[in-house]
Amino acid sequence: MKKATFQFVLRRLLQVVPVVLAIAAFNFLLLRLAPGDAADILAGQMGHATVEFTEQLRREFGLDRPLYQQFLIYMGKLLTLDLGMSHLQQTPVIDLIVDRLPATLILMVSAILLAVIVGICIGIAAARRQGRLADNLISVAALLVYATPAFWLGLMLIVLFSIKLDILPSGGMMQIGAGHEGLAHVLDVTWHLILPATTLGLFYVAIYTRLMRASMLEVYGLDFIVTARAKGLSEGVIAWTHAMRNALLPVVTLAGVQIGHLLGGSVLVETVFGWPGLGRLVFDALLQRDLNLLLGILFISSVVVVIANLVVDLVYGLLDPRIVHR
Amino acid sequence: MRRLTTFWLRYRRNRGAVAGALALAVILALALLGPILYPTDPFDMVGRPFSLPFDRFPLGTDVAGRDILAGILNGGRVSLLIGVLASLSATIIGVALGAVAGYYGGRIDDLLMRTTEFFLCIPSFVLAVVLVAIFQPSVVTVTVAIAVVSWPSVARLARGEFIAHRDREYVQGCRAIGMPDWEIILLQIMPNALPPIIVVSSLMVATAILTESGLSFLGLGDPNLVSWGYMIGVARTVLRTAWWMAAIPGVMILLTVLAINLVGEGLNDALNPRLRKR
Repeated sequence: MKKATFQFVLRRLLQVVPVVLAIAAFNFLLLRLAPGDAADILAGQMGHATVEFTEQLRREFGLDRPLYQQFLIYMGKLLTLDLGMSHLQQTPVIDLIVDRLPATLILMVSAILLAVIVGICIGIAAARRQGRLADNLISVAALLVYATPAFWLGLMLIVLFSIKLDILPSGGMMQIGAGHEGLAHVLDVTWHLILPATTLGLFYVAIYTRLMRASMLEVYGLDFIVTARAKGLSEGVIAWTHAMRNALLPVVTLAGVQIGHLLGGSVLVETVFGWPGLGRLVFDALLQRDLNLLLGILFISSVVVVIANLVVDLVYGLLDPRIVHR
Repeated sequence: MRRLTTFWLRYRRNRGAVAGALALAVILALALLGPILYPTDPFDMVGRPFSLPFDRFPLGTDVAGRDILAGILNGGRVSLLIGVLASLSATIIGVALGAVAGYYGGRIDDLLMRTTEFFLCIPSFVLAVVLVAIFQPSVVTVTVAIAVVSWPSVARLARGEFIAHRDREYVQGCRAIGMPDWEIILLQIMPNALPPIIVVSSLMVATAILTESGLSFLGLGDPNLVSWGYMIGVARTVLRTAWWMAAIPGVMILLTVLAINLVGEGLNDALNPRLRKR
């Protein structure tokens, strides 16, 4: 690795530290803002909420100490990834989250891949037919999808494909009790993934279609496209090789920025489809008023977004040397 | 007056925007006048549950025998109110922070922009869920939560505008005659910085309505008020037998958000004519 590249990677890694600390501090603040503390809640659940008992719990949790000490204890625990216990499930919060994270990542990655690939293709197709009927239809469809609440779209897709047509499963991640292994398991999960990933991804398909179309039209106006045409290259070759490569950059940039938004969307989509990921866990935590679990999810999902942005940046820096030397 | 005419002439060129404005006017009228002209309480049991649309009631009844049309009309009020208030609050916070950051630059700028970027790192919908859950759902908490997750994009935009203006001749002239900073920011630069901000904050109303519907779908809406997202959440349990119950409020959300987006694009064409090329 060259020295400049190494320095870029190191600098970018170091930038993550204060952000994660700030997220932790913000989480602590939210925890303190909530009415009633962990001792109140736990004592209430155990059914004998005498003042003495609650005070005893408070001492055990260190809630009777000064705020700055509590903050240091909280941060110390975070370093060992101790996010406390889920009050109702009596399980460490981090275990619950780690258990659910892979399902969410599978859903998010499939949705974003679908959105980028389909969005790019439709965007190019629309740009090549600028102003014609197909282009207008695509624009209208993109506007409609862009205005559709994803969770409602999911419900309507269930009505169509699971209830009326009965060709796709309406929820879950795998067939219960089927006990598939190996390839059969992968196919089973993919089968269950189709509707949720489409629901989550369609909104972004609309965004990338519009962006790719605009970006292609801009590139079409540049000199090298005129040269390519003058050389007698076919329109297809010009669109898919010359123009596309240059029009891609804004699309990829946006995909990186939207990871946080995507995670929010997956909360709703997972709830609709009973997809066993972080979003579904948010819904369960809400039902049980499990604040500790909710804040744990907020913390981990923020960290996931920070790391994802870091990875996007690093990949960028390695692909485009101009960024490293900025 | 002439400015208003130019505005309208430019706005009118975008046919989608005109259609959007008409649709939005109809939706606004329904939300404002609807509950007065059709005074059924959306929480009242008015008939047998699951009655079909166009049967005894215009849009039928829901799982508990409540009038769906009454829910749509009253829910529209809530959605639009929260959408507009949240977007307005986010705009005020964002413009205030962005203006100060952009105008003064230096350390203040650094501090404010780090804070903004920090908020952009946190998944906004998850943060909104946590905020509403902590402070108990109500119109106020939902509005504040949406505003809290929405202001950073306005702040960035406003900062950019103020940076672009702060060293122009007219601003230097104001400084030379000893005009105080607040007057330069509010009365001199602000009017020039506003057009793109107006566009973004009008589009933000649409996003806020989508967020509100998601929150109330999860059960995080004001328990005393009916809203479109809540109606979808209720209907979700009977999707197999009565899909229209979930479909109707969803279509209303779609139409409202679509209308606002179209109006936003029209405003963009009319207010920022130089940006309009594609």
